[in-house]
Amino acid sequence: MAPRWVFPIVAAFMLAMSVPADAATIQITMENLVISPAEASAKVGDTIEWINRDIFAHTATARSGDWDVTIPPKKTVTSVLKKAGTMEYYCRFHPNMKATLVIVP
Amino acid sequence: MFVRMSAAIAAVSLLSSAALAQGAKPTDPQIAHIAYTAGVIDIAAAKQALAKTGNKDVKAFAEDMVRDHEAVNKQALDLVKKLNVKPEDNDTSRTLSKNAAAKLTELGKLKGAEFDKAYVANEVAYHKAVDSALETQLIPSASNAELKSLLQTGLKIFQGHEQHAEHVAANLK
Repeated sequence: MAPRWVFPIVAAFMLAMSVPADAATIQITMENLVISPAEASAKVGDTIEWINRDIFAHTATARSGDWDVTIPPKKTVTSVLKKAGTMEYYCRFHPNMKATLVIVP
Repeated sequence: MFVRMSAAIAAVSLLSSAALAQGAKPTDPQIAHIAYTAGVIDIAAAKQALAKTGNKDVKAFAEDMVRDHEAVNKQALDLVKKLNVKPEDNDTSRTLSKNAAAKLTELGKLKGAEFDKAYVANEVAYHKAVDSALETQLIPSASNAELKSLLQTGLKIFQGHEQHAEHVAANLK
């Protein structure tokens, strides 16, 4: 049983922690030629961690042309989202790999 | 068109009949050899295309073939090493290599758009044949789980290659 005065402090800490969490890190995995999740959402300023578990090189290429990230086999590459929008993207090397990233301002 | 179709059918039946001729399903060392050989053939074809083509779609396709088939073959080599299996030459591998050598010579005589069309058409037929052999012969015959899984990954990626080749072929017309 913690004394009652502890709670506001804990609450304050949690609030403080949620400030950097404002810019979140979101993991998107490419495995066995499938991107998951197929639909993810994020905010401008968030970091995407592109995890490639395959033996093949992949890309995350926005159809709009806004970004084109190459992820070597078995590597993770990070990129920061700069622009809002519903972004359809795919792998240039394996165009059957498609997904959507909804980026809110 | 008929020539291409019959080439594809011939390749498929060669893959099947060679395996059947041995009186039994191919063994893992033979399957590893066949799969590796099939990859080497496509890399050689892609390198020939990279040296000859001036078309950017054909070039991008050939680069994809080199990258993906080298990745699969590297994984295959790592796997046979790990399993301590020695890939075993066999009639199917020999037939594949012989046909591929003839194809390289044939395509080597062509130039420009004529080469591009013939290369891409052959890639469509070749991937069709290999995918069918993987699906109906090699995957069902593989007994090692890791080999089976690698062949399944191979099939998935080669089916993508087949579609990609068909797409490039359609744009060349």
